[in-house]
Amino acid sequence: MAKIELENIAHSYRPNPTSDEDYALKKVQTVWEDGGAYALLGSSGCGKTTMLNIISGLLTPSQGRVLFDGRDVTTLPPEKRNIAQVFQFPVLYDTMTVFDNLAFPLRNRKVEEGEVRSRVHEVADILDLTPYLSKRASGLAADAKQKISLGRGLVRKDVAAILFDEPLTVIDPHLKWQLRRKLKEIHQQFGLTLIYVTHDQTEAMTFADKIVIMYDGALLQIGSPDELFEAPAHTFVGYFIGSPGMNLLPCTLDGNRAVLDCGSIPLDPNVAARAGRGEFQIGIRPLYLELADAPRDGAVPGRVVSREFEGSSSIVTVESGCSKLKIRVPEGRAVPGDSCWVVFPPARTKLFRDRFLVK
Amino acid sequence: MEKWENNRAWFLILPVFVIVAFSAIVPLMTVVNYSVQDILGPGQRIFVGAEWFRDMLTNSRLHDALVKQLIFSGLVLLIEIPLGIGIALTMPAKGWTASACLVLLALPLLIPWNVIGTIWIIFTRPDIGLLGASINNLGLAFDHTANPFDAWVTVMLMEVWHWTPLVVLLAYAGLRSIPDAYYQAAKIDGASRWAVFRYIQLPKMRGVLTIAVLLRFMDSFLIYAEPFVLTGGGPGNATTFLSIYLVKLSTAMDLGPAAAFSIIYFLIVLLFCWLFYQALQAVGTGDKS
Repeated sequence: MAKIELENIAHSYRPNPTSDEDYALKKVQTVWEDGGAYALLGSSGCGKTTMLNIISGLLTPSQGRVLFDGRDVTTLPPEKRNIAQVFQFPVLYDTMTVFDNLAFPLRNRKVEEGEVRSRVHEVADILDLTPYLSKRASGLAADAKQKISLGRGLVRKDVAAILFDEPLTVIDPHLKWQLRRKLKEIHQQFGLTLIYVTHDQTEAMTFADKIVIMYDGALLQIGSPDELFEAPAHTFVGYFIGSPGMNLLPCTLDGNRAVLDCGSIPLDPNVAARAGRGEFQIGIRPLYLELADAPRDGAVPGRVVSREFEGSSSIVTVESGCSKLKIRVPEGRAVPGDSCWVVFPPARTKLFRDRFLVK
Repeated sequence: MEKWENNRAWFLILPVFVIVAFSAIVPLMTVVNYSVQDILGPGQRIFVGAEWFRDMLTNSRLHDALVKQLIFSGLVLLIEIPLGIGIALTMPAKGWTASACLVLLALPLLIPWNVIGTIWIIFTRPDIGLLGASINNLGLAFDHTANPFDAWVTVMLMEVWHWTPLVVLLAYAGLRSIPDAYYQAAKIDGASRWAVFRYIQLPKMRGVLTIAVLLRFMDSFLIYAEPFVLTGGGPGNATTFLSIYLVKLSTAMDLGPAAAFSIIYFLIVLLFCWLFYQALQAVGTGDKS
């Protein structure tokens, strides 16, 4: 068990980084609480894997310190840190049996053979691998292989955290769900810190207590799935979380109102008071936009272009004077014909200054 | 749609069949034909059945050559495969040094065999050769034209110098195809350098090493050019390997025995390749109890 702290971590793959551009990871400062289940979410190339490799010790950061329970481990190699990592593609020792695969990390650490046997059987039991113990690892299906990779982390008694680098990429969809549930069970049973890298938001939302959003080498927001949905700290979070993402529209401010190209809408006066100066955008979830068939205050005119059914609700696309708006309409609610008005409820309309949320 | 069935598609392989017939099957059958007849002159022949095969299988010179051949090929594999893997492991993974290493290693493979013979004849000459003269000046008597052991060492050196690079290139290609995640996982599992080699690199090189072993076995088992150029199979019969003996037989116009010998030779190569292939595919697979 350990609390993992990253102190001012920055990393560049170039020998002499000069500008910000050269950094794959820019000044990250964060704490991973002991026993938390975290998902690290971001688009490809945003530095997720770099961060993971710094925590596991495969990479030594260009700057900053990594602390496990307050102990500086920045320069320690992976085998000296009590951390396990599961990779995107199952990594197995092909010529070994499943048993030997699971025993490998223990035998390398010169654990006594009786102890090895009992640990391996224990872990195989949890992961439902017992029937395969005497089989060669190379002949197994992808999900069993990935379980073995995970098992190699779990056998070590001292493991404080397990890092997952998009571990379910090669798993069939119906097995993904099972494996994810297994992971949750293991998390509850062992109280390990889990950090799970993914670019699939559903996977992140269902797995983690806390989601960490990364963008272009920086951490944008850490929060529960609910917080990320309701109060995204950055327009990227608003757009990235939710399907479809937040509607984002550039605007200027006029007192308590946001002036768009196609009309003006009221804002929460408290928010408007804290707006300051900069470039503004408003953002609103498709769920919170309302459709009306008559004009009213805080509504902009538009024209319904399309409607996609999604079971309990449908996504209506409205062409307004500003841009296309996506609106989630519950099933059974009537949608105005061709022309309509889109209502922005002030409590749900978020204001962003220079892409960051005005709180 | 009604199913339309006949065997006319077989005609499509006719061109290939004709080419293969003329390039392989007909010559092979000619050899088979010779092996069961005594050719006395044009149009004069007697069917002798398996007599040549019996002759050859009891021929002590052939036994002698076969034993030499097996020892030679065995030594070649024992030296070239580990040496090739070793060199491949020490080569840089990328950058200009990697390209430079590859080009340098490929050089021996690009030189025609008779040039190689000439290079080595001069190189090992006891009077003026760089290697031969140096060894003699160290006080060790070295003469590959007079001393059977020296002739063996020289042929072996030529073979290793010439063909180890092929093993290196194959092993190097195999090593480069191992994803980084394997090394990373091994680090996290606390594996030693030896364990990484034994459980990751070696198993992942199985495919290329199988090819390397088969190629080097076949080639060395059929070796002709090196001993022929160097000593013509001498001194005495010291480097008279199977193919040199075969050529001696057939140039002596003993076509029948030579043909029977060829077929036996071919079957031996086939048998060993099959054994090697089976062994290399089987090692480290299958379940354990």
